[in-house]
Amino acid sequence: MRTFDYTAAASIDEALAALKEYGDEAEFIAGGTSLILLMQQGLVQPAKVIGLGNIKELRGIKRTADGGLEVGAMTTHRQLETSPEAFAYAAALPQSLGVIATIRIRNQATLGGNLVHADPAQDPPPVLIALDATVDVVKAGGGARAIPMEAFFTDFFETVLGDNELVRSVKIPPMPSGSRLAYKKFLPRTADDYATVSVAVRLGVDADGRCKDIRIGLGALAVTPLRAKAVESALLGQKLTEQSIKDAAALVRDVVDPLDDVRGSAGYKREMARVWTERTIASLAGVKAKA
Amino acid sequence: MHFRPVSVHQISFELNGKTVERSVGPEVLMADLLRDDIGLTGTKIGCSIGVCGACSILVDGTLMSGCLLPAIMVDGRSVTTIEGIAPSEDELSPLQDAFIRKGGFQCGICTSGQIIAATALLAQNAKPTREEIKEWMMGNLCRCTGYYKIIDSIEAAAGIERANV
Repeated sequence: MRTFDYTAAASIDEALAALKEYGDEAEFIAGGTSLILLMQQGLVQPAKVIGLGNIKELRGIKRTADGGLEVGAMTTHRQLETSPEAFAYAAALPQSLGVIATIRIRNQATLGGNLVHADPAQDPPPVLIALDATVDVVKAGGGARAIPMEAFFTDFFETVLGDNELVRSVKIPPMPSGSRLAYKKFLPRTADDYATVSVAVRLGVDADGRCKDIRIGLGALAVTPLRAKAVESALLGQKLTEQSIKDAAALVRDVVDPLDDVRGSAGYKREMARVWTERTIASLAGVKAKA
Repeated sequence: MHFRPVSVHQISFELNGKTVERSVGPEVLMADLLRDDIGLTGTKIGCSIGVCGACSILVDGTLMSGCLLPAIMVDGRSVTTIEGIAPSEDELSPLQDAFIRKGGFQCGICTSGQIIAATALLAQNAKPTREEIKEWMMGNLCRCTGYYKIIDSIEAAAGIERANV
């Protein structure tokens, strides 16, 4: 690994000041599990690395007054996976962190690091898209902005973050009354692998069996995580039956744009997107999947 | 290419109960510091990309990959390696003892990491189920594929006896 100049920032202001000074020659380091690998391979060669580990404001998981959840950017995957606050919000949220890599990596990797790394096969983004989360970003020189999770990613390993910005936390709004979350990660190879495809669904059903709330996030199905709005629109207000779910899930084929890789061809992943979208919605609706 | 400044850091941390002070560049990884500088070669390097678990260490009791952890990040913290697991020179930890008794290793390259990972497991779950052991140990690969004996060893160290062993 090429060496570099390192500073451990003591506060958000200090981190942003260092970032402003070095601009695109600087990288923040959170858990390091992705950045160290990229640096070892020479794919990223920052002149300056700014450590975020000492910044208390970036830590912690708390329920908000309205019943939502706020997760500090430096929260490790394992901390969120084992958080009573996250479990109380929706059990499927911490459980979705429990399928990432291995416990050892989850002890090091952070939620903020995961998001800015912007690997489209990561697990938290589809879950956070389904939960309508926003990324709370602070700017050098003051100011902040809230970016909807689904608008955060722009391309393979690229986000909307400017070179004067830092992710402070992820804010998850309260779960709509009666809605539930499910996340399915299709892993045909090994349990510690990246998803071949993954689907997160938040679903609410009214007393007549009609869909009153639906949001769908997809992982590993394009150069960025995706939201499957076409499938949501097809089901919102409709009775949830084997047939209606099957018909709506088929629309996901036109939402995705997968890449051929070692986990399967684009055609295979497109078909698996349909299958797992149908199964995930059906599991929440209490309906048997046809696929 | 313009001049790139390079920082050097004085770090102080507790290693297996003793204070260690070192001067390190920010690019030095914990697995390399332990092996090449400090001379504790019990921590092995297998894949170097955080997958195999051979370089498992405990940082403030938390299981981590030494190959992905810059040494500067352990400043002020407490690190335990395989060399610090035994209670004394003449005594093995229950896990070390069980790995020997139950044949929990073949070639031995993964064994330090297996025992460190299992130590972290038993510290927070004294009587894990076989499924919990499998889930926890998933990140420690054994290329001799001696997984059953490894799980048996961890159960034995936890005082879990199985009738059919």
